[in-house]
Amino acid sequence: MRKIWLIAATLTLVAPGTIAFAADDAAAVKTEDGKYFDKEGNPTYKVGADGTVDWYTYSGYRRYHSECHVCHGPDGMGSTYAPALQDSLKTMSYGDFVSVVASGRQSGNSVMPALGDNPNVACYMDDLYVYLRARAHDAVGRVRPAKKEDKPEAYTETEKSCMGAK
Amino acid sequence: MRKVLSAACLGAMATFVVGVAYANEELIKMSQNPKDWVQPAGDYANTRYSKLNQINASNVGKLQVAWTFSTGVLRGHEGGPLVIGNMMYVHTPFPNKVYALDLSQDNKIVWKYEPKQDPNVIPVMCCDTVNRGVAYGDGKIFLHQADTTLVALDAKTGQVQWSVKNGDPGKGATGTSSPLVVKDKVLIGISGGEFGVQCHVTAYDLKSGKQVWRAFSEGPDDQIMVDPVKTTELGKPVGKDSSIKTWQGDQWKIGGGCTWGWLSYDPSLNMVYYGSGNPSTWNPKQRPGDNKWSMTVFARNPDTGMANWVYQMTPHDEWDYDGVNEMILSDQNVNGQERKLLTHFDRNGLAYTMDRATGELLVAEKYDPKVNWTTGVDMNKSSPTYGRPKVVDQYSTEKGGEDKNTKGICPAALGTKDQQPAAYSPDTQLFYVPTNHVCMDYEPFKVSYTAGQPYVGATLSMYPPQGETHMGNFIAWDNKTGKIVWSNKEPFSVWSGALATAGGVVFYGTLEGYLKAVDAKTGKELYKFKTPSGIIGNVNTYEQGGRQYVAVLSGVGGWAGIGLAAGLTDPTAGLGAVGGYAALSNYTALGGTLTVFALPQ
Ligand code: HEC
Repeated sequence: MRKIWLIAATLTLVAPGTIAFAADDAAAVKTEDGKYFDKEGNPTYKVGADGTVDWYTYSGYRRYHSECHVCHGPDGMGSTYAPALQDSLKTMSYGDFVSVVASGRQSGNSVMPALGDNPNVACYMDDLYVYLRARAHDAVGRVRPAKKEDKPEAYTETEKSCMGAK
Repeated sequence: MRKVLSAACLGAMATFVVGVAYANEELIKMSQNPKDWVQPAGDYANTRYSKLNQINASNVGKLQVAWTFSTGVLRGHEGGPLVIGNMMYVHTPFPNKVYALDLSQDNKIVWKYEPKQDPNVIPVMCCDTVNRGVAYGDGKIFLHQADTTLVALDAKTGQVQWSVKNGDPGKGATGTSSPLVVKDKVLIGISGGEFGVQCHVTAYDLKSGKQVWRAFSEGPDDQIMVDPVKTTELGKPVGKDSSIKTWQGDQWKIGGGCTWGWLSYDPSLNMVYYGSGNPSTWNPKQRPGDNKWSMTVFARNPDTGMANWVYQMTPHDEWDYDGVNEMILSDQNVNGQERKLLTHFDRNGLAYTMDRATGELLVAEKYDPKVNWTTGVDMNKSSPTYGRPKVVDQYSTEKGGEDKNTKGICPAALGTKDQQPAAYSPDTQLFYVPTNHVCMDYEPFKVSYTAGQPYVGATLSMYPPQGETHMGNFIAWDNKTGKIVWSNKEPFSVWSGALATAGGVVFYGTLEGYLKAVDAKTGKELYKFKTPSGIIGNVNTYEQGGRQYVAVLSGVGGWAGIGLAAGLTDPTAGLGAVGGYAALSNYTALGGTLTVFALPQ
């Protein structure tokens, strides 16, 4: 875990913007209630041949542009204020992502807030991860996904109990 | 309890100030000396106009950099320095340093103030850790820190005279705005509209820092300091419970209406003016009603805090069109009659001209022809919807409802103009307005409130108006007719405060980093120079040793730096298209620097 993070940091330092590919294999090998998983069992995206995206990617797009873009810029592209998450997720593991978003991180005057107590984020952690992972792999572009799979029934239920239990 | 307390304070002060000249008498006198720049906007009227004319339309092309100063801070630099005699006071974004420079001694640092603040306040600041500058009065420099501490520094030594906490950053309240010194008080607003803060303007005693009054933007009548009978909107009494009637249940307690813009003051009418911001959340479905008094122009008595008149520009906001932009006060002849006017360029894309004594609405017109969410304001005095904007259904996110993406709304949430202040020249009787030329898609959805956590509830994407590639204009505006006189295209939003001068030259900065000088009459570009970073600061001018200087802070950031750093995409280009518009990051990088210009000697 630590090692991966160090490599990521060096890469961005040495050659910002030149990491053209993502190191991990994000291919979906399994699906469960409209949610896709890679071979490691981590949540991932699914984009159909006609551009239809899975529900999580779509939902993550929406949540990102509500909760994160004010710091991280539109479409995960980064800003004068916070890093480009489309680059971060080229190397960042699922576990590291969840832990930074939930617990926050600070380097001097650069502060990522802890959002674990915020149901608008915490209830959508996988959605955010899946969307940003799709951005990191260039699987979705800089626009709102036009076509999406339906909202899975199981998702609706989990969402309700998560948001209601705030 | 509240009432008793403020009455007691008022009483105490009344005895205190007998025979003592009010701070504003000193300030009025000082602001009449064009060699100084004693207030953030130059004067109480927020005109950003200077009588200096050594630099004029025929010689401005020869302008050179006279000196520069690095602030040592990387974040977005809004606002600008004050100049008082030999001293210049430069502020920075978080950590909110203040430098006092001696202009007569090679700009040597006389003192420096750097507060210790909990860095946890940083992520609570919605759109970069900006600060819009310090204020002067009674020998003190007033700074509103990010953590909402209002601190009074001895102008000579930088020593802390007093400090007071204006809000709770743990609940999302932060300080970004500049204070205003009026009489024996210092007035300050607060930020936190994206965190559901019940925002307010508060007056503190200049000498002691004791709170004198606090007026909320929404709540019961005693909290918002309106008199149901004497306070009017468009000539009519607002009536009892004018605010809480327009919210569901207790929602006003997390209602926003933040007050992070500029304050202005008319000493002859004894009224202060400011606007309130968006109601929280950005999801209009979740807060039925007009949500008063968010999105409102307030005129208040600075002694008591009571509101003389109010005017809500965007009832039940559906687009995040904060009403906080500056109110510019001018005395002009309208149809043969001398009028005391207030001109306001709102985020919602309408420019309002009002009678500032009575709150009468005279003109409300679009100052960007692309504005499309409204067909205009109902100006028929006998209509039941008099003074309200007519909303176009297609662009109503309320009509669209939750989980529906409403497309092509102009302007975008950043407004046709944000806080970047306009200037007014009495010579041309024109207003010089830095504007954004950006549209958006807006999708509201349900959010839940947690104290201290963002409370937004909408997904946005922004882009230039269809068929256009420029994202900003710098315009000259006639407030009597409500018409654009000239308009200069800019590739990016113009996020810098303008300066108008008696030399017939108007100055502003651009996001790529240019300081530009244009002809006040025609808009013709006369000079430009690329400063070290993008400009979101406000231009000012002063005279020192017989020479006129023009100064501006550069240091890209703010909302503009966040939204535009990576460039915007064209939503019509279709799925997967990487196309899009020039990214700001191709032109400029972070770094705070003051650049000061003068003519060659
Ligand atoms: C208030 C501003 C702000 C908000 C809101 C915000 N972030 Fe951050 N985030 C930052 C900053 C600043 C950093 C860099 C921290 C550092 O320098 O260590 C960061 C870092 C991160 C990182 C680590 C990136 C890397 O390359 O290591 C991740 C992942 C992240 N943020 C995800 C998110 C997500 C997801 C959201 C929305 C739910 C979000 N952030 C909202 C400011 C913010």
